[in-house]
Amino acid sequence: MTQFFQRLGHSTLSSFAKLGRGSFFLMQILKATLSVIPRPRLLINQLYSVGVLSFLIISISGLFVGMVLGLQGFYILSDFGAEETLGMMVAASLVRELGPVVAALLFAGRAGSALTAEIGLMKATEQLSGMEMMAIDPIKRIIAPRLLAGFISMPLLAALFSAIGVLGGHMVGVGLLGVDDGSYWSQMQAGIDFQDDIINGIIKSIIFGFAVSWIALFEGYDAIPTSEGVSRATTRTVVNSAFTILGLDFILTALMFGDI
Amino acid sequence: MDISVNSATDIVSIQNLSFSRGDRKIFNNISLSIPRGKITAIMGPSGTGKTTLLKLIGGQIHPDQGSVIVDNHNVHKLKRTDLYTLRKRMGMLFQSGALLTDINVFDNVALPLREHTRLSDSMIRSLVLIKLQAVGLRGARDLMPNELSGGMARRVALARAIALDPMMIMYDEPFTGQDPISLGTIVELINDLNSALGLSSIIVSHDIEETVSIADYIYILSEGKIAGQGTPEQIKNLDSAWVQQFMNGDADGPVPFHYPADDYLKDLFES
Ligand SMILES: Nc1ncnc2c1ncn2[C@@H]1O[C@H](COP(=O)(O)OP(=O)(O)O)[C@@H](O)[C@H]1O
Ligand SMILES: [Mg+2]
Repeated sequence: MTQFFQRLGHSTLSSFAKLGRGSFFLMQILKATLSVIPRPRLLINQLYSVGVLSFLIISISGLFVGMVLGLQGFYILSDFGAEETLGMMVAASLVRELGPVVAALLFAGRAGSALTAEIGLMKATEQLSGMEMMAIDPIKRIIAPRLLAGFISMPLLAALFSAIGVLGGHMVGVGLLGVDDGSYWSQMQAGIDFQDDIINGIIKSIIFGFAVSWIALFEGYDAIPTSEGVSRATTRTVVNSAFTILGLDFILTALMFGDI
Repeated sequence: MDISVNSATDIVSIQNLSFSRGDRKIFNNISLSIPRGKITAIMGPSGTGKTTLLKLIGGQIHPDQGSVIVDNHNVHKLKRTDLYTLRKRMGMLFQSGALLTDINVFDNVALPLREHTRLSDSMIRSLVLIKLQAVGLRGARDLMPNELSGGMARRVALARAIALDPMMIMYDEPFTGQDPISLGTIVELINDLNSALGLSSIIVSHDIEETVSIADYIYILSEGKIAGQGTPEQIKNLDSAWVQQFMNGDADGPVPFHYPADDYLKDLFES
């Protein structure tokens, strides 16, 4: 029994310690972001490997999610004879929820895990120590450009996901199931509000992108510098990112759309 | 064993240094000094804390007690910017080379120059080629680090370490895992750099033969203490069973061959 409480206390303390290290790490990065400006190349390289290389998985997933939404939406809506509003339903689900959330989950799996493994291996192979000894701050040169790249890429990837999803819904709804093309688009135009839906969706994805990049970079930086340590850190990145995204999504949705 | 600081002759002076990791005391109140312009070796079995000592000198980790003076600066009392300024004059060659794997050889050597100087591109190009020529790898400038052999990677790292013309270089296990030819190359390079550039060198190593052949002075570490010190000649004749076992590479001696265990026969026939 005492052992149980001992262990509970120990793990509580160590998670608080980790949270502290993580916050301190974030502060260091934020202080270092300005130093990225004179070195745009570093940011561009990262935008490519964090953002551009995620295009394919985001596009394909967006297409399938949109197609499923078209199918499910059509069956439900046609019960009420409301299949004309399919476009609105597909777009609202994507822009408000699925775009930001699913794109962020995919981003954590594709780019977040890669970031953790990369930073963890740089630590294990003494590259980070080596930079420090050359009087080059790895936070400035390695970490800050990657955080910035994640922060910039995520909303764009979420927008890409939603846009392709809307096309997928159109393919199924209009192409296969015979919903009227004109009403698919016009209902969407009428039903989607710029402020409520689009801006809020973008805010969500910016916050998710920031959170996922922070978690991924911190787990890599904090990893035990062995192959086992890096592999565990990579797993933690994906798991912790998923929890964080879903938890934050609930909070943000409640703040944006609910009256809680 | 209080060593007085003599900054005219010593580039590094370590006084009453203690450092622990967890419960284990890696250094227990050691003092030593590294003279300018010489090659000083710090030897000891794996895991005694040789790499840790270099990191303490470079200010990457903090001691529990004692001080590290590098070129008249107390490393652990410096402000961050001053520490970084000091580090520009300390080269360090990591055991693994620690080259950045996403840029090629040329860019690796150019990195400290680009970060810390305002030299023009053509100037940087000339300097990088000069440093690469010094380690014999001018022709390898376009290779990526993963295309280099272990010995070549270490030589590129050496070129990078001398890019800013430091006052001293710390070598972490420079001889380990090298084939005989690159071993000879590295031994010669360390010697040449020391005499040609007037550097001070610290070599951390457990490779006895090579180290003894180039070191001017040797410290031997064991269990957090200095077990012996002197010129290579003096070390060879040192009256310490432990030092002799280490220097001769005997399997058994004061350091037992067997990890502490129960009686062998009893263990075998148990149960
Ligand atoms: N980051 C670290 N965290 C915990 N223990 C470490 C760390 N780095 C080294 N150690 C331990 O400190 C001791 C000394 O390590 P090190 O200085 O690398 O030895 P050496 O270079 O002489 O082989 C070893 O027992 C090692 O396990
Ligand atoms: Mg070592």
